[in-house]
Amino acid sequence: MGARNVGAIVKRLEDPRLVTGRGRYTDDIVLPGMLELAFVRSSEAHALVKSINVSAAKAVPGVIAVWTLAELGAIAQKPMVQAYPSPAIKQDITQYPLAKDEVCYVGEAIAVVIAANRYIAEDAAQLVSVDYESLPVVIDAREAVKAGAALAHRGAPNNIAATVAWKFGDAGAAFARAPHVFRETYYQHRGVAHSMEGRGVIAQFEGAMDQLTLWSSTQAPFLVRRYLAQYLEREEARIRVIAPDVGGGFGPKAGHYAEELVAALVAMKLGRAVKWIEDRREHFLTTTQQRDQWWEVEVACEAGGKVLALRAKCIHDNGAYLPYGLLLPMTVIVPFPGAYAIPAVEVTLDCVFTNAVPNTPIRGAGRPNAAFILERTMDTVARNLKLDQAEVRRTNFVRKDQFPYETGARMPTGVTIQYDSGDYAGCLDMVMKTSGYAAFETKRAQAAKAGRWIGLGIASYNEDTGLPPYEGATVKVLPSGRISVELGSCSQGQGLETIAAQIAADQFDVDPQDVIVKTGDTAISAMALATVGSRVAATAGPSVHLAATQVREKAIRLAAQQLEVAEQDLEITRGAVHIQGVPGRRLMLGDLAKRLVSGVMVPLPKGFTPGLEATAYHTSERPVYANGTNIAEVEVDIETGAVTLLNYWVAHDCGTMINPMLVEGQIVGGVVHGIGNALFEHMKYDRESGQPLTTNFAEYLLPLATEMPPIHVEHMETPSPVNPLGVKGAGEGGTIPGIACIVSAVENALKPLGVKVNEYPISPERLLELIDEQRGAARA
Amino acid sequence: MTDRRKIELTVNGVRHVREIETRLTLGDFLRHELGLTGTHLGCEHGVCGACTVHLNGEAVRSCILFAVQADGCEITTVEGLAQPDGTLHPLQQAFRDHHGLQCGFCTPGMQMTIAAFLAENRHPTEREVREAISGNLCRCTGYQGIVAAALDAAQRLRGT
Repeated sequence: MGARNVGAIVKRLEDPRLVTGRGRYTDDIVLPGMLELAFVRSSEAHALVKSINVSAAKAVPGVIAVWTLAELGAIAQKPMVQAYPSPAIKQDITQYPLAKDEVCYVGEAIAVVIAANRYIAEDAAQLVSVDYESLPVVIDAREAVKAGAALAHRGAPNNIAATVAWKFGDAGAAFARAPHVFRETYYQHRGVAHSMEGRGVIAQFEGAMDQLTLWSSTQAPFLVRRYLAQYLEREEARIRVIAPDVGGGFGPKAGHYAEELVAALVAMKLGRAVKWIEDRREHFLTTTQQRDQWWEVEVACEAGGKVLALRAKCIHDNGAYLPYGLLLPMTVIVPFPGAYAIPAVEVTLDCVFTNAVPNTPIRGAGRPNAAFILERTMDTVARNLKLDQAEVRRTNFVRKDQFPYETGARMPTGVTIQYDSGDYAGCLDMVMKTSGYAAFETKRAQAAKAGRWIGLGIASYNEDTGLPPYEGATVKVLPSGRISVELGSCSQGQGLETIAAQIAADQFDVDPQDVIVKTGDTAISAMALATVGSRVAATAGPSVHLAATQVREKAIRLAAQQLEVAEQDLEITRGAVHIQGVPGRRLMLGDLAKRLVSGVMVPLPKGFTPGLEATAYHTSERPVYANGTNIAEVEVDIETGAVTLLNYWVAHDCGTMINPMLVEGQIVGGVVHGIGNALFEHMKYDRESGQPLTTNFAEYLLPLATEMPPIHVEHMETPSPVNPLGVKGAGEGGTIPGIACIVSAVENALKPLGVKVNEYPISPERLLELIDEQRGAARA
Repeated sequence: MTDRRKIELTVNGVRHVREIETRLTLGDFLRHELGLTGTHLGCEHGVCGACTVHLNGEAVRSCILFAVQADGCEITTVEGLAQPDGTLHPLQQAFRDHHGLQCGFCTPGMQMTIAAFLAENRHPTEREVREAISGNLCRCTGYQGIVAAALDAAQRLRGT
């Protein structure tokens, strides 16, 4: 056997096509006779649609049709499928593919124009006139939960979709006996996903075959198929969904959308392929976001900083609908107590409707929010008890000798929360050393002499990655001898093709670059769910390993029969089975594959099923937990409120790394997403009218290369005992602590002023306000 | 609404003569008229830079130019970056070596921006590279791999 590929830096299989412009994203696909769609969208945040006049639009040359909900047919006279049903949902409200009579956020689709091309479709969409009767608008979730508040949905009993809780231990008793109790309030806002490729869909219907095919820029082709099948009352076998190259996902592409349904319905009705490509304004208006949260948090602790209990209440703005059930709210509360052995926790969350865009997870989902609360709480304890921030964390960490660690919490399914493995203090030590943590106060004093305000922030996290239960894989030896891997799972840039090839290549001692990998297509027989929650490397990855191992064993068993030797005397090197130490006596894998393909009237080898191939599922009951600690160094200009990012250090542990280069890419990208959330990204709405105020990249700021600090990443590898590769996910491990870390650093820079930063995003204006408030308070 | 003009231009060394609507953007022209789908449209309002191509050697945003403005011009797109035999441009190779791309959607625009920049600045500093790509958005990489790729490509192009 040659060098192992798992664990090596292997260049990506995806790159040759992507760096040369030969990738195939949804908008690159052109089908014969294809039409294009444009949507007429609500200009009101909350209104009744009194009438829709489409006559001028229909008259535009090149327009095929302009349809409202009525024209979509009887099947569409119902709201969209709830992606994640739950008995905890009190008001299960999803939108219609096109508005029925009420629109509940600006951007909600009202009508669709079908035309020869997008230019014409957009021209015509402008000509559709909609007569609205305005309804009361609620944008601020804190207002929405009050008695007598305006209702986000006409006729609803109130604005609360659900209240969820996460409790374990005896918090009441802990608070009663704790020597110290601290209380804080927090505001969090995560904004828009902004994959650089927006959403997009192509639908094609072949009537004679009764076959509907969708190409969608999605993270979850199998789930899109499932929801389409349910809604359209079609067999899943009559629907194929393909995720071609997808230009980033970050969460919102894991749901299903009105535009996918409308495209399917139009294609089926007209018998013509149709395409819809989201523009950036539509991404701002309609792609799901993660909006506002307001928190009240109290912590009970001992004088040494040991946290005894944490109680928190959260008001969570879920926007106008509940397309994704309570998955996002649950990911806010389930992470507690994070990396800490807190014996008692009580967190309750009100999931609230407002007249803003609906919410579903964005990179990290609710975990960055939970981490923000936990990390600000650790900093609060340190500040009030005059303890070192890092030591407070160390005091509270789950210790290495406590794994597997049961937090005391249970999922609604009854499964206990169990952290599988890790060395949380080890990552802390690593990053403290690299960042020069111990010497920082000296550095600060020197900077202060020069009139500079620098600060060091710290944030730890753990993350439930590799979310159960499965992502399947099929591994085949082709008659040519090449290895093929087929995954229903798909990639939005993570490098799934590469890691799948690495894992499979190890079983056959071949070059990963020679492995053929197909992903993201429901025509692939291995079932899949979704590329979300840092889960695919730790679910599909082990499945590839299992399938490849089975194929390897089958090859050896067949070779043993053919060579008339014992299986244990055989090994595979460079794609051939041979007798150990006798490279000359070998059978090529391709020849073995051909024997199992066989032919008409050619008998199969005795005792063998056809095909040198296997489909396997690594299944699990629980996630696997990654962890880490980040440290950020920033400088604040207290005259302008500007924050300069000086340095950023990461120590993290995602178990066995399949490809360290790709892991580092995930971590760095994730950190920068966190930086964006902490400092720049704010999707603002006018509180009175419900009009979105930031609908382009001049008004809504994404992180730029010029503002990013050097990001130094160190890896610790504690293999997970839960899967055969020992891997844990890495896709969100940068974002989860990133926000808290930056906010901690900004607050730390202002430590001499005593400014508390209990919110994000922190704009320069807001930071100046906080500084002024603190100075005012100090003077008074 | 359907004012049309005939334009002649050279794209990646190939001359094209087309009659097009005057309102057709250069980006849409390249993608839909010529089938050069390597040029991506990320924001269509001139901020994200994904649609960057070279117009007479200068990096421009094809989403906010009309195709008729390119009449008589020479355009290079990402498809024109590699050698005709398929050998990757040193910048493309560096992007692969330094993991300068993940989803790949911003990549063509990034590469075209950097290629034009490196033609003018053969010895860039890291700061200068970051300034050069400050008009290109990437949501995946955090820019670090892109910056490393650009600096490495500069070295490769200098032959040092």
